[in-house]
Amino acid sequence: MTPAVPDVSFVLNVSLLVMLLAVAVAIAVTRSLLAAILLLSVYSFLGAAWLMVMDAADVAFTEAVVGAGVSTLVLLGALLLTRGETIKTDWKQQIGPLALVLAVGGLLIYAAAGLPGYGDPASPANSYVGRAYLQATYNDIGAPNVVTAVLASYRGFDTLGETTVIFAACIGVALMLDPGSSGAPAQASRIRPGQHIVLKVISKLLIPLIILFAFYVQFHGDLGAGGGFQAGVTLAVAVILHALVFGLDETTRAFPPHLMRAISSGGVMVYSAVGVVCILNGGGFLDYDFLFTPQLEAAIPPGLLGDPDSKHHWGQHFGILLIELGVLLTVSSTMVSIFFGFAGRAPRAASVGQGG
Amino acid sequence: MSWFIANFNYIVVVILMMTGLFIIFSSANLIRRMIGLALFQSSTGLFYISLSKVSGGTAAIVVPPDSAEARALAAQLDPAYVAAFGVKGVVYANPLPHVLILTAIVVGVATLAVGLAIAVRVREAYGTVEAPEIDDLGRSVTEGPENGR
Repeated sequence: MTPAVPDVSFVLNVSLLVMLLAVAVAIAVTRSLLAAILLLSVYSFLGAAWLMVMDAADVAFTEAVVGAGVSTLVLLGALLLTRGETIKTDWKQQIGPLALVLAVGGLLIYAAAGLPGYGDPASPANSYVGRAYLQATYNDIGAPNVVTAVLASYRGFDTLGETTVIFAACIGVALMLDPGSSGAPAQASRIRPGQHIVLKVISKLLIPLIILFAFYVQFHGDLGAGGGFQAGVTLAVAVILHALVFGLDETTRAFPPHLMRAISSGGVMVYSAVGVVCILNGGGFLDYDFLFTPQLEAAIPPGLLGDPDSKHHWGQHFGILLIELGVLLTVSSTMVSIFFGFAGRAPRAASVGQGG
Repeated sequence: MSWFIANFNYIVVVILMMTGLFIIFSSANLIRRMIGLALFQSSTGLFYISLSKVSGGTAAIVVPPDSAEARALAAQLDPAYVAAFGVKGVVYANPLPHVLILTAIVVGVATLAVGLAIAVRVREAYGTVEAPEIDDLGRSVTEGPENGR
């Protein structure tokens, strides 16, 4: 039951996917690691544009800030620390992987023929659960953005798990890359302030705007595209920009790494605390309808949020706002902490056989 | 032509996925393997989002029912199509895969950072991030006479 003639979005879809293919092949072919990392950034940016064509506004937003922004920075930091240069591999060693990849790819393409067609509205994936969320969100949550509603409310427990994984990554990177972790004395950071007047002036203008935008994305998350994940990474980008232009020492004075790690755990705790409060008020874990006690709910004047039925949605609104705050804290401090880990470490000579 | 329209996305996703897998298998450099892994992971996201596309749909942000905006969106489509697949008069993309991939992207960069941190420590311990050289060094360290405890 797909429309017979493909619309303009299909043409965009094809052209963006072809560009993605070209970039991916270029990543596979190039021998330079720096080129591969920069091409991966281009790949993410094209991917974000493609996601917009697929009507996945929230995902496009995330891909743009995370894929094209932070992951490029992390990869470049790692490249600097490893001084990596790909050694020339014999073409004979490529035959095995190539044959395997062609075989698996052939099988997958053969299997793909049995999948529902492009944009099929009646496919099993688009028919049951997703549709139920679209129908119920407006009455259940009262927030227009269904993606945020599913992420923060319907599947809030899942998102708590993901926030915990991000916190665990923060601790993992800190354990491995903290300057004090290998017993060596902390060295002066490699990123020192330069004499770039233009960069300094422009970043002084940009950093407040980036932070303002991050807060807009945070608080607008249940109304439009956005939320704690995107806002957290955007906020981290403002701090990272400050470190790149004004020097790491200057930034760590305002945002000490140990404080960043504490905030990262604090975010998970804020998230869990919301769930516990719901239990104490007689609901299930993260059941925001029970966020307020009945006495408090009775004190809320009707019609505060515009529609007369809004009292019913107050718990949901505040629950989503609070857990998104937890997500914001964890994601932003983790990204900053990861950047500090890679940027604050001086390239070290190898010590084979001497290490403990 | 209709077969091409129905399956084009899946074929591209499989090729992208296999490119990532090829980079993982064929490179000796640990950083390069992480790049391949990121590519592989991202293509999985493309697959999920391809499945969530609904023809003529809009982003999964609810338009107030019976508003001018909702009517304008519905006017672009066949009324029977909207009645069959729309929710209160508007056709939306499937939000569930969006949720899954949104968090997967952020978790992906966090795990990428952990992998790269391990690569940095490997380089500090062995002086290289090339897998064959690390293998050789590891063998000489474990089999070397000075290390027999």
